[in-house]
Formats: sequence, structure tokens, C-alpha cells
Amino acid sequence: MAGLRAPEIERVFRAEYGRAVAVLVRYFGDIDAAEEAVQDAFTVAVQRWPAAGLPPSPAGWIITTARNRAIDRLRREASREDRHAQAALLHTPGEPAEEAAVRDDRLRLIFTCCHPALAPTAQVALTLRLLGGLTTAEIARAFLVPEPTMAQRLVRAKGKIRDAGIPYRVPNETDLPGRLRSVLAVVYLIFNEGYMASSGDRLVREDLSAEAIRLGRLLAELMPDEPEALGLLGLMLLAESRRAARSSGDGGLVLLADQDRGRWDRGLIAEGQVIVRQCLRRNQPGPYQIQAAINAVHSDAATAAATDWPQILQLYDQLASLTPSPVVALHRAVAVAEVQGPAAALTLVDDLDLGGYHLFHAIRADLLRRLGRSAEAARAYDAAITGTENASERAFLQRRREALP
Amino acid sequence: MKQYLLSVYQPDGDPPPPEVLGKVMRDVGAWQQELKTAGAWVFTAGLHPASAATVVRFSGGETLLTDGPYAEGKEHIGGFTIITAADLDSALGWGRKLAQATTLPIEVRPLQDRD
Repeated sequence: MAGLRAPEIERVFRAEYGRAVAVLVRYFGDIDAAEEAVQDAFTVAVQRWPAAGLPPSPAGWIITTARNRAIDRLRREASREDRHAQAALLHTPGEPAEEAAVRDDRLRLIFTCCHPALAPTAQVALTLRLLGGLTTAEIARAFLVPEPTMAQRLVRAKGKIRDAGIPYRVPNETDLPGRLRSVLAVVYLIFNEGYMASSGDRLVREDLSAEAIRLGRLLAELMPDEPEALGLLGLMLLAESRRAARSSGDGGLVLLADQDRGRWDRGLIAEGQVIVRQCLRRNQPGPYQIQAAINAVHSDAATAAATDWPQILQLYDQLASLTPSPVVALHRAVAVAEVQGPAAALTLVDDLDLGGYHLFHAIRADLLRRLGRSAEAARAYDAAITGTENASERAFLQRRREALP
Repeated sequence: MKQYLLSVYQPDGDPPPPEVLGKVMRDVGAWQQELKTAGAWVFTAGLHPASAATVVRFSGGETLLTDGPYAEGKEHIGGFTIITAADLDSALGWGRKLAQATTLPIEVRPLQDRD
């Protein structure tokens, strides 16, 4: 059998990390112990796999090895007061859990990581670390914070889980809708962090979006009865399908209307559209499903001019009635501009109290430009440029402003 | 089972008018009864206003006293209850009910295990 090199072993461990940690947290009742045990198993793998090759079930191998190592460790350190942990270890079955149980464990772990008693930043970091298997250094790089800061954040979050008694379980039916919302929000935030931001390492950012999609697939698979979990996956796939087309050669931002649609990823679009159709059949609409549907309409159009704007406006109407917010109203106004013209849209936009939001000024500027009100448009572009910290968005707005007659 | 401290944070100054306070007291009483029935109640105390507090410091062999509460601000702990609960979700459930009854923010904080 072919031997394995260290980078390949690392890849396998990263892919199986969430699965292994989730099972081991149930065995040990402690996240740190679970992580430590997986680290021990990694050391063993680095010694054995190069000669022995990849075991038939890497996840099973990691879990069994980690568990045995933890038992050895506890026996060696018998003086330590680990009676509870030891008792728990001795009362678990000798073989790794069955696949169904492992799936439940991963779901439990997601709900623990995304518990609303943890700060959103901590939820994101824990999810990426424990389920995604990203290293602390990688998460720190992705969120542009120093590594010690991120390490501290993770330690504090794990400390709170332990000390405050955040449970390791899927919430009961009463709490589930609210708790699922917070899980989906974390996954979407991870996706957007990798999709929207221009600063930071590009590869790390693509990794973040890929990781969010992986988590989205996991949630859709683990919770097949939750249409919003499916909706979020569809939304992410359809947005991801445009990644290559949304930046120009020099890294500048390309608007949807100006994108080379030949560069859209047809595979992702097809998958996303299948999901949107599934959601429509269920007829239990939610915000993620509707946003996915809006993206599906865009992905249907061969050219920007062929976009079915009336349908998009209808979807925004539905979204606005489900989750009324100024930001949704702002995006709805963009569709109104296409269906009823820029004047109607501008009236709506001017009613919104969003002066601190750069997109508000950018959209207003574009509407004013289309109405031939260049001086006002220039002022709105200035406000938008001042309000954004994103370099490629800023450059884009600057170009638009300079192109005004 | 773990124990949790549920602290009520109330604004300094005059209490709400009797018709408001009366309902709050009744609701809090009902909440406490529910806790007791569930076997989750350990201890409850209401506090005099923070202006009645004194802070004691010991430094350089000397005791220093300052009038008023330790924490500055316009809100202070007005009372607290200690409960037992299986986990944080259960404790937060009791906290949510207390927040509803008092219409005030409730801090839920785990007690260290006694071994």
C-alpha cells in the first residue's frame, strides 16, 4: 500500500476533525480532552501511516486511537483527580460509534459551538476550530486578528462552555427554531467573511467560503426537515458560482450586471437551482430560501438584460414582509428601479434611515446618475467612498464617480 | 446538578409606582413558587438600594471606607436568587421567566462546583 506524507495526513485529519472531536466530546464530556486526544492520534498517525498507508476508515481509526491514548494517559496519571473522566471512558463501548450516532454528535457539537450565550465572534471561531478543523493561526489570519487574541478567544469560549454548563445536545423542539437561526447565521457569516471582504489572504478567504459550504451541506444533510438549512446551502452555492466573475484581473469588483456570465460555475448553479426548486415545492418560505430564489433568478438569465426583474421584485416583496428591515427595503429598491424606473426607486430610498451604511449612498448615487442628477450623484458617491473600508469597492465607486458627466 | 446565581439589575432611584410594582411583586412571587415546586430553588434575597452600600478596602495596613456601591453606573443588583439546574439552557429558562416577571435584565452566572 502506498505510504502517506505529512501534508496528506494533515489533510485527512482536517477533513475528519469535526467528526472525531464530536464523538470524543461525548466520550470525555470535555472539549479540551477531546482535542488533546485527536492531537495524540495525529502523532501516532505521523509515525505509522507513512509505512502502513491510510486506514480503511480514517475517522474510525482516529477516534479509536484517540480514545485509547486518552485511557493510557489517564491510567498513567492516576494521581490526577480524573475519576469522572476515567469512569466515563471505561463505560463507553470499545468500538467507535455507529455512523448515525456520529452524525448526531456533529449536530450536537454545532449547536454547542453556536450557543447564543457565546459572543458571535466566539461562535464563529469555535465552529471553524472544532467542526472545520482549522488551526487557531488560520482562523486568526482569516479574521485579521493576532494569533494570541484568537487563541484567547477560543480558550475563553471553551471555558464558558465548561463552567456555565452549556449543554452538548440538540435543542428541544421549543428552542430549536431560535437555536437553528443562530447556527445558520454563524455559517452564513463565515461564508460572507470569505466572499465579501477583499482584505486579507485570498486563499484563506476562499477556504472560509468552502468551509461554510461544507458546514451548510452537513446541516442540510443532518436536518433534512429544516427548509431554511437547505435554503442557506442553496444561497451559498449560487453566490459561490459567481466568485470567479465578480472580480476583474486586477482584483477589482465587477457588478452583477457587468459580469462575464460565461465564467459562472454551471455545476454550482445547477445544484443551487435544484435546491431552490425543492424549497419551492415545500412551500415553507424563509429568508434564506427567498434569497436563494432571488439568486436563482439571476443565474437563469443569459444576459443582464434578460433578468426577470418583476419576479425578483416579487421575491423581495415576500422577503420584506417576512423580515422587514431598512436593508431589505434598500435591496428591494434596486429591483424597483429595474421594474418601475429609477425615480420610483429613489423615492423609496430617500425614505430610508440608513445614512451610516455605505451601500445606501452607493445605490442612491447610481439612481441619481441614471436620473441625470450628476452633482447630487457625485456627493452621494463621496459619502459612499468615505463609508467603505473595502479597497476594491472603494476603487469601484471612485471609477463610477469619475465617469459622471 | 449545577448551581446558578440569577441577579436582577435595577435602575437606581425611586421604585416604579405601586400599580406597576404590585404586579411585578406578584409575578416574581409566582416565579419563586414555580421554582420551589420544581425543586430548583435554593436561596433568594432582596437588597436595599445601592446607596446604602459601603465599600471596604484594605491597603497598606489601613482600612479605607467609601460610601456607595463598588460598581459605578446607574444600575445595580437589586436582588438575587440561587437555583439548581441541569445545565445552562435550563438556568436560562428560569432567567427568561424572571426577566419577564421583573421587566429587568437578569444576569445568569454559574457557581463554582463545591467538591
